[in-house]
Amino acid sequence: MKRLFKGGRVVDPANGIDGVHDVLIDGDRIAAIGRDLPVDGAAVVEIPHGLVVCPGFIDMHVHLREPGQEHKETVASGAAAAVAGGFTAVACMPNTIPVNDDANVTTYILAKAAEAGLARVYPIGAVSRGSKGALLADIAELKQAGCVAITDDGHPVATALLLRRAMEYAGMFGMPVIEHCEDPSLRGDGVAHEGYHAAMLGLRGMPGACEALGVERGILLSELTGSAFHVAHMSARASLRAVRKGKEAGIRVTCEVAPHHFTLTDESLASPIPYDTNMKMNPPLREAADRDAMLAGIADGSVDAIATDHAPHHYDEKKVEFDRAPFGIVGLETAVPLSLDRLVHAGLIRLPRLVELLSVNPARILGVRGGSLSPGAPADVTIVAPDLHVRIEASRLRSRSRNTPFDGWQLQGGVAATIVGGRPVFINSDAGLAV
Amino acid sequence: MSAPVITHVDETPAVTSLRRKDLLGIADLAPDEISLILDTAEAMKEIGSRPIKKVPALRGKTVVNLFFEPSTRTRTSFEIAEKRLSADTLNIASASSSVVKGETLADTALNLEAMQPDMIVLRHPSSGACHLLSRICRSAIINAGDGMHEHPTQALLDAFTIRERKKRLAGLKVAIIGDLLHSRVLRSNIHLLTKMGADVWVCGPPTLFPTDITRCGVRATSAIEEAVADADVIMLLRIQLERMEGAFLPSLREYFNVCGMTEARLRRAKPDVIIMHPGPMNRGVEIASEVADGPYSVILDQVANGVAVRMGVLYLLAGGVEHETAV
Amino acid sequence: MPVVMDADRIARTLTRIAHEIVERNRGVEDLALVGVRTRGVHLAHRLARSLHEITGQDVPTGTLDITLYRDDLMRHAVGPQPLVRRTEIPFSIDDRKILLVDDVLYTGRTTRAALDALIDFGRPRNIQLIVLVDRGHRELPIKADYVGKSLPTSPEESVQVYLQESDSRDEVILEAGSPPRTLARWSA
Repeated sequence: MKRLFKGGRVVDPANGIDGVHDVLIDGDRIAAIGRDLPVDGAAVVEIPHGLVVCPGFIDMHVHLREPGQEHKETVASGAAAAVAGGFTAVACMPNTIPVNDDANVTTYILAKAAEAGLARVYPIGAVSRGSKGALLADIAELKQAGCVAITDDGHPVATALLLRRAMEYAGMFGMPVIEHCEDPSLRGDGVAHEGYHAAMLGLRGMPGACEALGVERGILLSELTGSAFHVAHMSARASLRAVRKGKEAGIRVTCEVAPHHFTLTDESLASPIPYDTNMKMNPPLREAADRDAMLAGIADGSVDAIATDHAPHHYDEKKVEFDRAPFGIVGLETAVPLSLDRLVHAGLIRLPRLVELLSVNPARILGVRGGSLSPGAPADVTIVAPDLHVRIEASRLRSRSRNTPFDGWQLQGGVAATIVGGRPVFINSDAGLAV
Repeated sequence: MSAPVITHVDETPAVTSLRRKDLLGIADLAPDEISLILDTAEAMKEIGSRPIKKVPALRGKTVVNLFFEPSTRTRTSFEIAEKRLSADTLNIASASSSVVKGETLADTALNLEAMQPDMIVLRHPSSGACHLLSRICRSAIINAGDGMHEHPTQALLDAFTIRERKKRLAGLKVAIIGDLLHSRVLRSNIHLLTKMGADVWVCGPPTLFPTDITRCGVRATSAIEEAVADADVIMLLRIQLERMEGAFLPSLREYFNVCGMTEARLRRAKPDVIIMHPGPMNRGVEIASEVADGPYSVILDQVANGVAVRMGVLYLLAGGVEHETAV
Repeated sequence: MPVVMDADRIARTLTRIAHEIVERNRGVEDLALVGVRTRGVHLAHRLARSLHEITGQDVPTGTLDITLYRDDLMRHAVGPQPLVRRTEIPFSIDDRKILLVDDVLYTGRTTRAALDALIDFGRPRNIQLIVLVDRGHRELPIKADYVGKSLPTSPEESVQVYLQESDSRDEVILEAGSPPRTLARWSA
């Protein structure tokens, strides 16, 4: 079946396109892109003024919790949340139960994803067996089963030696090592950013330096091994400084920032709800100078990707004392509105740069298809409605979990439709698009 | 002999009730609310000197003392305060609670709530535990110490004791010395004393400084001589043995040499300085015995005043608040 | 707004009550005055001065705050708590004859609270009740021993006592329309 998206603004930075174009989809592929393409028997979808056609967004950092913690999220519910949030693909972290350190787990996840038939799911394998930091996982088998990268996310790779070996080994397959950057001794039993607010609330802190030490370690080892190193959920200004220096030195380092780290600060620990466990994540919400540094890095190109670190938790797991609550918040369904509102409408970046952050660069870093609307590419398309006014409502999220700090937020910018492999898998009835 | 004269004329205070359901911390209180609690505590103190130390004010009210940390002083003080006001009291200590069976704090609280207590006095090792309970419970929550966050009734009894001796709080130089980082007493005292206009200095080794502590209007130093100089009040905080494990301190002996309160150091303070300690004391660590037992020490007054202050808080919160939002 | 007692009348009334006290008790031996906050305290101190003028002897005088003994405390679902002030009885009441002083006697509930409070201080030989105005409408079996003025009133009216010490004038006024009996201001 052919579909012709007609007359909308198309932003496809990989091909240098930003203007009114038609996009023709044939089956599960992009067939053509250009002005006034002939209809030629295709079903015509008129793109209303104000909507923008983009290559499908890719969230390169989510936790889908399956297998093992299906009460928080499943591959299917996570994929539903992804497409509702405008993501045509997600890369899921290996800290499931059991850990995705084995091709069988990878295969299981991919089977669940195929069953759901919504977003594409790219599993990320573990660096070490059980992510325990002692022995390398069977990385080649993981790669063969479908893993696109390796990480021990949730924790840093236990030792510099193991991280070095992982980089050397994964480099053989062109897989990046994604690192949760953190010095465990400096983190201690910290539960919040080490700053004034945590100090006054009596919460144990972890300083930005704790993350930056991990970033510096990874960059040095990337230089040593020549392998690609990706900094997950970067939050501290000292980390950004290290990444910038690494890039200047030609080291293969990339980094991602989560929406909560460019919108919120540690002030949210104290108000409006003191000790709100939905303000607890790792890395923690940092102080304003760090938040501003993340915004600057997004604006100047130092930051490569926006990734949500979608971390669903059941409501009663979060309804506990702050220091006993698990880290993490859901992010798949709030990332695009937050990015459009706080980055694009705030005048920090323009739409093509946002598409790089959400689509082009994640595809490039993970080495997966997508990130462009080139003819022959998979027909993964996200249609955004940059001017749509949306209200985040935790109770209406598709995710199985509701742990968002953004409940009730009014934002400008939303998702109009998500198309995966040529199939519309999400249509937002508020955006006025008829597919 | 002359006839008795009227010694003082009653003045109506700025506020006559607290504007809240719970006492979660001093941070939330306005100065006039603090004054009201201290004034009420003054009236309560007299009850303790009567032959029958009991008034019927809280008759029929049920107060649960829910303690998840060992505490003799605070729990006893609350219990005496409750009994002097004729409340029915119930003590639940962590060893006997169902928390050891894996029940969450929220579930424990909801189960208690089902039995309709009027107030819950909570002591808990997690900062913010009282905030969690106040969001769940209809009962008034009184914070008896939550983690490293606040210990509001301790700060109130400290202020009461200072006011009793110095007749004021504003303008006094108060030096607080010890383990600043882990102290809920410090945080409550900083809020209270800065709100009431005192000149607050905090002092300890830099390893035990809370981040950016000066942002809340206090002065910080690691030089004890500077902190103590011309002080009206010196408040010492407990140094815990386990702090050496986190590499906060090399040894208790070294701490005493650097920051311990000795008679020699005391001479730099004002001649009428008072020495306070929230207890329990480590003699020879944060305080020399000669200082603890000396003429400047008001440490036992603090304990005595704790009952009166807690009676004041219990009484003022027992009425609840109008326009209470549904939970 | 009829003035039922002016300054002169109040002064003469208190002097008369002081003489009655001396007469009935055959002196002031073992007597002590306890005023109920707020205006009962002022009246007690004035009586102490009169007793001193008559007998040359000092009668110990105390202050009683009955708030914590009120029978309406905690009876309302929610609401601000009435203010508690210090009780100061700097003498033993055991075996003393206690002269309990209040400004207005109305339902008798304040007196009941005051009696309960006093008993917690010890075991007096007896308690005698002195009021400046008795306006009737008792709800409890209580009777004053010394009455400045018996004033027939209707429950809709209110009696306001103003004293120099707190109100910068001496006057008793009968007002139409009684103020609402709330927790914060509890009529006697």
